[in-house]
Formats: sequence, C-alpha cells, structure tokens
Amino acid sequence: MAALISTYAVADRPLKAHPGVGETISQTLTMAHRAYLKMMRNPEQFFDVTIQPLLFTAMFAYIFGGAISGDVKAYLPTIITGILAQTALTASMSRGTQLREDMDKGVFDRFKALPIARIAPLAGPAVADLLRYGIAATLTIAVGLAMGYRPGGGVGGVLAGWALTIFAGWSLSWIFTWLGTIMKSAGGVQGTGMMIMFPLTFLSPAFVPKETMPGWLQAFVDVNPVTLVINATRDLMNAGDVTLSVVWALVGCAAVVAVFAPISVRSYSKFL
Amino acid sequence: MTTTELAVSASGLVKTFGDFTAVDGIDLEIRRGEVFGVLGPNGAGKTTTLKMLATLLPIDAGKAEIFGVDVKANPHQVRQLVGVTGQYASVDENLTATENLVLFGRLLGMSGKAARAASEELLESFGLQEAAKRQISKFSGGMRRRLDLAASLLSRPPLIFLDEPTTGLDPRTRGQMWDTIRTLVAGGSTVLLTTQYLDEADQLADRIAVIDRGAKVAEGTSEQLKTSVGSSTLHLRLSDKHQVAAAAAVAEKVTGERPVLTPEAGGVNVPLADADRAADVLIGLRHAGISITTANVQQPTLDEVFLALTGHGTESAENPDGPAHAANHTDIPEEVA
Repeated sequence: MAALISTYAVADRPLKAHPGVGETISQTLTMAHRAYLKMMRNPEQFFDVTIQPLLFTAMFAYIFGGAISGDVKAYLPTIITGILAQTALTASMSRGTQLREDMDKGVFDRFKALPIARIAPLAGPAVADLLRYGIAATLTIAVGLAMGYRPGGGVGGVLAGWALTIFAGWSLSWIFTWLGTIMKSAGGVQGTGMMIMFPLTFLSPAFVPKETMPGWLQAFVDVNPVTLVINATRDLMNAGDVTLSVVWALVGCAAVVAVFAPISVRSYSKFL
Repeated sequence: MTTTELAVSASGLVKTFGDFTAVDGIDLEIRRGEVFGVLGPNGAGKTTTLKMLATLLPIDAGKAEIFGVDVKANPHQVRQLVGVTGQYASVDENLTATENLVLFGRLLGMSGKAARAASEELLESFGLQEAAKRQISKFSGGMRRRLDLAASLLSRPPLIFLDEPTTGLDPRTRGQMWDTIRTLVAGGSTVLLTTQYLDEADQLADRIAVIDRGAKVAEGTSEQLKTSVGSSTLHLRLSDKHQVAAAAAVAEKVTGERPVLTPEAGGVNVPLADADRAADVLIGLRHAGISITTANVQQPTLDEVFLALTGHGTESAENPDGPAHAANHTDIPEEVA
C-alpha cells in the first residue's frame, strides 16, 4: 500500500485552540456544498418549494379572493405577499426534520470528531437552503403575475420583497434547526414544527385582514414575527416603500437568529 | 504540551445515561506507537469509553488526556490529534467516495486541489479507486469500512481510534481490514482498537484491556490473558445428554480443571493447559463408556476469557446452543453493516 496509509509518528504539530472566523466560514461553505450535492441527488427536496407555491397561490386566491376582497384580482396583493411568508416558513420547517435525519446517520459522528467549528454542520445546510427559498419566492411571484398581480412597488420593490422572503426563511430555519438538535426523532420535529408553523402563518395578516379577528388575537398577531415579515413585504412590493415595518422585520429575523443559532450550537455539541 | 510519553492517559472515566452507568471508573494508559485493544461484549462500555476520549460524548467524571492535552478543557485540540473510525461507517451515503473524501479534506483546511489529490491517493491505497464515483449507498459493508478508515487518515492523525472495525464483516473482508491496520501500525501510528473478538485483539494488539459492565476486569498481553483461561478448550458433544455430569467428572479427573457444561445440548467444554491433553480426555471417556458425537479443540474464545475473568459469559443467557462458539462467528452478512 502507498505511503498515505501512515500517520505522523509523533504529535508535535502546532495545535489551534479554536477555529478562526475565516476557517468557520470556509467550513460552513463546504458543508453548504455537501447539502447542495445531496439536494441535487434527491429532487423530492424541491417538492415543497415548487408544487406548494403553485398550488397554494392559485387555490387560496380563488377560494378567499371573492369573500375577502370582492374579487380575485383585488385580493392578489394580499395573498401573494401572504403566501410568500407562508412558503418561507414551510420551506424552513424541513430544515429541522432533515437535520434530525442527517444527525442520526454516522457521518455526523465524523463531523463531530473533526476539528471544525461546531456551527458549520448546522449553518452549511441553512446556506444551501437559500436556493430553496429563492425557488419558492420566485414561483409564488411568477404565479401571482400570471394571475394578474401588478405590484405597485415596481421591479425594485418586488426584488426587495423577494430578498426579504429569502432572508426570513433562512432566519426562521434556525428555530427548526434548534428543534432538530433537541428532539429525538424526525417525526417529533415534524409534528412540533407543524404546531409552530400553523399558528405563525394563520395568526397573521397573511390571508385575512387582522381587523376581522377578535382583539385578544390581534395582540398576538401584532407580535408574530411572520406579521412583521408580511407587513414589510407588502410595503416593499405593493408600495415600494422602505418603511419602519421593513426595519422591524429585519430586526425580528435577526433576533430569531441571535437567539436560536447559539442555543442550536449548544445543544448540538452537548447531546449528539 | 505534547511531551508526555503516553498517547492516552485516562483515569476514573465515568459515563451515566440516566440510571444506567455505562462506564464506571475506567483507567487507561496507552503508550505511543502501541496498538491497544479494548475487548468486551456488546454493551460493556467500549464504544462509550472511546467516544468520551474522542470528544464525541461529554465525560461525566474522571480525567482524560490525549498526548498530554486535556480532553475536557481542549476538545478542539484533541480533535486535531485523533482520527475516529466508527462502528457504523461514518461517511455520507448520498455522496460518492471521492466526494466524501474531498468533503472531509476541505473541512480539514485542504485546498480543493490538495483534497482531490489526497482522495485519489487514499482510494488507490485502499483498493477503492474503481468505486470512486459510486455513491456509498451502493457500497458493500467492507468497502464502507475501508472508506471510513481512509477518511480518518486524511489528516494523518498521530492517534487512531478504531471502534469495532470488523464487526459484521465476512472473514475475507475482515482479513483485508486487518492487513490495512497492520500497515498503519507499521507506519508508526498509535491505535486504540475496540473489539468483541479475542482473535482480533490477539492478531493486532500489543496490550489488551478486558472490560465488562463498564469496568476494566483485566489488562495485559494476549498471552497473559489466554494463560489465565488455559491455552485451549476441548469442545465435546455427547450422544446422551444425561451423561454430561459423568463426562465432566472424567474430564476433571484427567485434566484437574472443572469443565464448563451446556447440559441442554449435551455439551462439555474442557479447558486444557496443553492441547495434547485432549487425547487423554477422549481415552478416559471411552474407558467410562461415554460416547460422543463431536469433539474439537479450540483456542480460548472471548466467552471463556470472560467466564474466567468475570464468572459470567458474554451472551450465554440468549444462546443455550453453545455460547462458547458465539463470540467466534464471523460469517455475518455484510449487509448488517
């Protein structure tokens, strides 16, 4: 056998105490590349971000359009922005189940044993998922345009709303990443994820104006991070305005990451 | 920092899972350049011990140092010194062999070019170059293990942990794996090997620690362990199960050792200080008019070492049909892995 089946006889190389920032970024991108390769090999991972936006956008628009806004076309500015937030959330939910399934495989033992930043195996797939959010947002907007949606924010507003949706999906995925690190089975992550996803999407102005809800419910709707994202997306896409809502949405998303990324890394390093 | 002569120094390691104490105060000292075997049955705490040393599990109590680096205080440094090959191949099923090795190489800080070169070289060394572009899910158990070991060697770690490297492999693949490990050792690596097979520890390890129920019950070279249970065993199967006690009495008279009985199967296992004494036992049985169906002389098995060291077998409760043989079976289909 060749010389590579050998190791240093003596352990006298310089040892680093912690991975550096540059190394952490490079390791995260490497893990993102792995997630991307896996995605391409398993096209089922694109079902939720392709079929769902197509189906939901058309379905909700035709079902609720007449009842809520008088006609379908008048409802489109509401429903398109609502569906954008909803698909971002559902697409990010799968991050938790996939991480859990992935962590149950032996390869995560190796990731844990390698001298790499603890966040890299968690952050890498989240970076690769940007592609999924991008597809979902693009398709939703495209279906809306095909159905007659004419966003008042123009091209710039739509692009800004598109980017915000992707950022929101990435941020919210950290909630599910955390669930993936603390729960024992992918099924459990899925079930809990649903319990989080439904109130977050439906207790928001995604589909109906919040004024039609009882007052006590409106109190929750107001603090729901998904509401922040929806309000911001509407301001950007329908009016083309960078309002305070946009700032709040960005702050809200950043806060989710600031809370859930560190606790995810902590439970990942502890309990695997 | 790394001036110590010991590759591994652990004292009083403890790991509990709820009420269950998986590792209960294990001490280990492994010298540089040594192959150290940790031998024990399923559930003895081998893998848990190894995972604590490899920073894969937190250490509940006790202290461990790898080349003088404290495992609890500096896990990131320990990870730079150790390569781990797990019981279940820790490679990515959905990627090809090359993609796996390049991925790990990149994570270790190699450039894309260097990672691809190292991957190619390792695949060739391990006889896997033809499978380079195949997804791991299509690999056999033996190929996965080899790839897994190759992945552990990418960083050329001075200490390598092999967790049951041949469990579930067929005898031929097992032999190939042994050859690879021998090459590794010849290159000067320090190896910590866990195994359920005495003959594996015997073939590869310089020193062996036997652990059972989370505690170390013996330590020494394989010679020392074997002499503690007699050099070999005569396994007899009687035609008439009811003569087991009589046969045991004859055997004890001839050898001076008390045989281990499996009365349900009419089995008598006689420890022999010297394999030539088997003939004396058989002659004694013929004189006593006891007839046998099979007789064979074997090296001590893990089960017998266990029996001698701990007073209980490795899996005798589940396996009334000759527990002594169970530990020697290697013909488990590859798909198990």
